[in-house]
Amino acid sequence: MVNLALAWAEAYQTAAPTVEVSVTGGGSGTGIAALINKTVDLANASRRIKPEEVAQARANGVDPVETVVARDAIAVVVHLANPVDHLTIDQISDIYSGKIDNWREVGGDDRPIVRVSRETNSGTHVYFLEQVVRRGDPADKTLFAADTMLLPSSEGIASEIAYNQNAIGYDGLGYVTPEMKVIAVGKTAGGPFYLPSVDTVTRGVYPIARDLYIYSTARPTPPARDYLAWILGPAGQALVADSGFVPLSNAP
Amino acid sequence: MTPAWRERLVTVTIRVAGVSAIAFLVVIFFFLIQQGVPALREVPLRDLFGSRWYPIEALFGLVPLVLGSLWVTLAATLIAVPLGVATAVYIAEVAPRSVREVVKPFIEVMAGLPSVMLGFLGIAILAPDLYRRLHLTTGLTAFTGALLLGWIAIPTIVSVAEDALDAVPRAYRDGALALGATRWQTIWRVTLPAARGGVLTAVMLGIGRAFGETMAVMMVTGNAAVIPRGLGAFFQPVRTMTATIAAEMGEVASGSVHYHVLFLIGILLFAISLGVNLVGASVVFRARTRAERILS
Repeated sequence: MVNLALAWAEAYQTAAPTVEVSVTGGGSGTGIAALINKTVDLANASRRIKPEEVAQARANGVDPVETVVARDAIAVVVHLANPVDHLTIDQISDIYSGKIDNWREVGGDDRPIVRVSRETNSGTHVYFLEQVVRRGDPADKTLFAADTMLLPSSEGIASEIAYNQNAIGYDGLGYVTPEMKVIAVGKTAGGPFYLPSVDTVTRGVYPIARDLYIYSTARPTPPARDYLAWILGPAGQALVADSGFVPLSNAP
Repeated sequence: MTPAWRERLVTVTIRVAGVSAIAFLVVIFFFLIQQGVPALREVPLRDLFGSRWYPIEALFGLVPLVLGSLWVTLAATLIAVPLGVATAVYIAEVAPRSVREVVKPFIEVMAGLPSVMLGFLGIAILAPDLYRRLHLTTGLTAFTGALLLGWIAIPTIVSVAEDALDAVPRAYRDGALALGATRWQTIWRVTLPAARGGVLTAVMLGIGRAFGETMAVMMVTGNAAVIPRGLGAFFQPVRTMTATIAAEMGEVASGSVHYHVLFLIGILLFAISLGVNLVGASVVFRARTRAERILS
């Protein structure tokens, strides 16, 4: 969600010129680690803070406070020439765990499947593991297939999907480019299948959607508090939609 | 300031510079040991020898990472050593002065290219091209990484090897040619063996450069922690030790088991580069004593 954080920071320069907001990327864990080490005021995260991180923060004198600032859909993407246009959560799980190895098995061409994922430090990776590969079952210990490629950036995923007809990838809705085909996702084989969009996420029908968070300290500095309030206000939420995420104000 | 004082100042400065290099190395080494060795207590040895690396589920098998690094480095060496040594021979022995004056600076510019830029070119151009041309399942493979690493290692090999060839006394070549040897025989039987120590140093430095390279490899090798099996694995993704540290160190909670294991990988990297350099040094040393025996 670094794109969104940058969009907020840039717009806030005109809204409050005296406050300087600087943004660093690197994944949810990086941001939370920085909050724990007191090097940042606010940490954006696309996953919930882990209990051990809360414990670490407390040990370091930081009491992290969670605010939901936007919603996001995870789009499952393939090459434009791939004939497959819809998959169930079970099929996606089987593809990523290595049970399905050929596109033929899900109604596509006779081609091997190349699995592309974000690195393990990305909140998107952890979310996808828990909610898709393991279908939201905490007792399920399924792993990504060992040959899943872990790419360090969304750009890496975008370029792989753009040229490789064998590839399947996933990333936040905001990172989808015109050079990818987005797969409609359904919960059961009989459908219905939905494409990710602001509408389907807001209506709660697209199955792979999540909240995005900002973590702050219990007593944030006044500029940080004002910035957070601005993000939750109309100006901040308008940018959420512009960046390809789903704003809160429409949420049910 | 009297000349004697100036002399002393210079001596002391140089000594401090020299000793500080060793001191830094020792400090780094101790830091690595201190942060990495706890991993040996926290993770059973059998798990470290496991075949699966998936740190968020506490699977810390290092085998795929070590083999991944060695695999990519081996491929890069096969590409870079012949090309690098041949280029050095060409520049030092064959090329006319005018060509030499153009080629050498170009090679040095090649050495100055930031590896992240090469990685970017690798993702944008090389990977899709190899995918189409060689009909691979993906363009992000060990081979793609090896090509970039070869490119990165070549300037190091060329410039060190060329210096070594240049230092071979003119009389050796003249002697060989006067005995009726052809130009090729002179290069292959006289000049190259005479410069063997320097050329081997060049090769070792090149291998070290390839082994330790991070950014370009992380961008183009696909980072899938699989154990390479057979020659076909050249055209499949691998995950190297350096890429693993770079990708995961930013995220990891300091003091955790994962953090300690990443430092353990650092120790392994350090040990393997040290091993490569020691082997290189001993070969050079042996070659030199043999040459001295023959000459005496």
